[in-house]
Amino acid sequence: MASYSTNDFRNGLKIMQDGEPCVIVENEFVRPGKGQAFARAKVKYLLTGRMVERTFKSGESVEGADVMDQDMEYLYTDGEFWHFMDPNSFEQVAADAKAVGDNAHWLIEQDTCVVTTWNGNPIAITPPNQVVVEVTDTDPGLKGDTSSGGSKPATVNTGAVVNVPLFVQIGEKIKVDTRSGEYAGRSKE
Amino acid sequence: MSGWRPSASIETLKFRSNVFRIVRDFFYQRGVMEVDTPALMPHSVTDPYMDALSVEVCGQKAWLQTSPEYAMKRLIAAGSGDIYQMSKSYRRDERGRNHQPEFMMLEWYRLGWDHHQLMNEVYELVAKVTGINQREMFTYQEAFIKYLSIDPFSSSIEDLEHIAREQLGDLPNDLYRDDYLTLLFAQKIEPVLGKNSIVFIYDFPTTQSSLARLVSVSNSAKSEMRAARFETYCHGIELANGFWELTDVQEQKQRFEKDNKMRNEMGKTLVDIDEKFILALEHGLPNCSGVALGLDRLVMIADKKPHINDVIPFPL
Repeated sequence: MASYSTNDFRNGLKIMQDGEPCVIVENEFVRPGKGQAFARAKVKYLLTGRMVERTFKSGESVEGADVMDQDMEYLYTDGEFWHFMDPNSFEQVAADAKAVGDNAHWLIEQDTCVVTTWNGNPIAITPPNQVVVEVTDTDPGLKGDTSSGGSKPATVNTGAVVNVPLFVQIGEKIKVDTRSGEYAGRSKE
Repeated sequence: MSGWRPSASIETLKFRSNVFRIVRDFFYQRGVMEVDTPALMPHSVTDPYMDALSVEVCGQKAWLQTSPEYAMKRLIAAGSGDIYQMSKSYRRDERGRNHQPEFMMLEWYRLGWDHHQLMNEVYELVAKVTGINQREMFTYQEAFIKYLSIDPFSSSIEDLEHIAREQLGDLPNDLYRDDYLTLLFAQKIEPVLGKNSIVFIYDFPTTQSSLARLVSVSNSAKSEMRAARFETYCHGIELANGFWELTDVQEQKQRFEKDNKMRNEMGKTLVDIDEKFILALEHGLPNCSGVALGLDRLVMIADKKPHINDVIPFPL
């Protein structure tokens, strides 16, 4: 893998730190008076999401990380792994629970997700910003109430629990924003 | 494609042109002569942290000057009297919000003045261009005590490292004492300096003397040596760096050798000492003070622009 000098630092650059793949989120060149110049960077560890402020000597070189983001179609889960397919090469990869995390709630078969790989192995899954799910259980008692007032919890077919308006009923399809986990409207699908 | 257009607006370039005119008027009225020394010279500076650009010219290696300092001092030694210069200066690997590898430097020298007299004149010029009429003065020590509650002179390197890591997060392991000081200054003091004033920091540690002479300062019981160097800050940006110039040729030679020793330690290439500069000092540099001011930054401050690319037409 290539190595980078601090002169190559830019937001989004993937580098290795402490043996882990990281992404540079912020980067600033600092040249104090007549002294040593530095690159001050905010670095996100991709495996844990941990953010670290780190200072490098200007010109110092760091190892690049073989990290790639790829659009893939979600196929199915066998309970242990979640399987994705490259729609062009039909090549498949299996992501474990650590890579999928809470996003398991938003994986819908045939949706296109971003699969982040490190040395070819999936380390993170990003579902579409909005997904359509079906309400499988919610309190039906308030039928007919269309006021915009309160909300109630609803369980959906992926297992997630979403706060929905009172008028939403079992069997309805709704849109959910996967970044916040919030209800984003009824689906016409 | 609109990529051919300048990054600065035409309005800002007009403003910039007007700043240049104000600067030239300022020195014309004070009888300071404008000079223009070459951007390409056969030697460069020994500063351990300064990387110059070299080019082949007529089969000979030449250096794009990181500042016109040596050439201007040779003119002063030759009897020019007070001089100023607005010139493009070049530094490799310096690019950011306040940096470009090619930038406009305003440098001037005043004969018979010490750094305090020169600070007064820097204030007058910056006030004239920016309209800011407030001035603050802190010694290097006072600034550290005021903003970070530490004494930069009596604190141990361990204390400085501890505070720097606490304030700045993860740092390289092999830093010098001055690296902690300059990093803390640049990150924790500089950004809050000069919100609505022109700030001078003076009396630097002798280890950061560069080409400034050393002076003895008395505080309470004891007297200590400081570098007769100052820096000017405005809107959280370093604007100028000045010295009551070192004129002692022996000490100058020693500092060059020390710089090269440090370059060697850091695995950098050694820099040939500029013999003509040394000869000029041997002939005799009159007692003088000099300052270098980043003109692009002065335009940024006066025109309230956040990035250097907003005030120059075609950044690299």
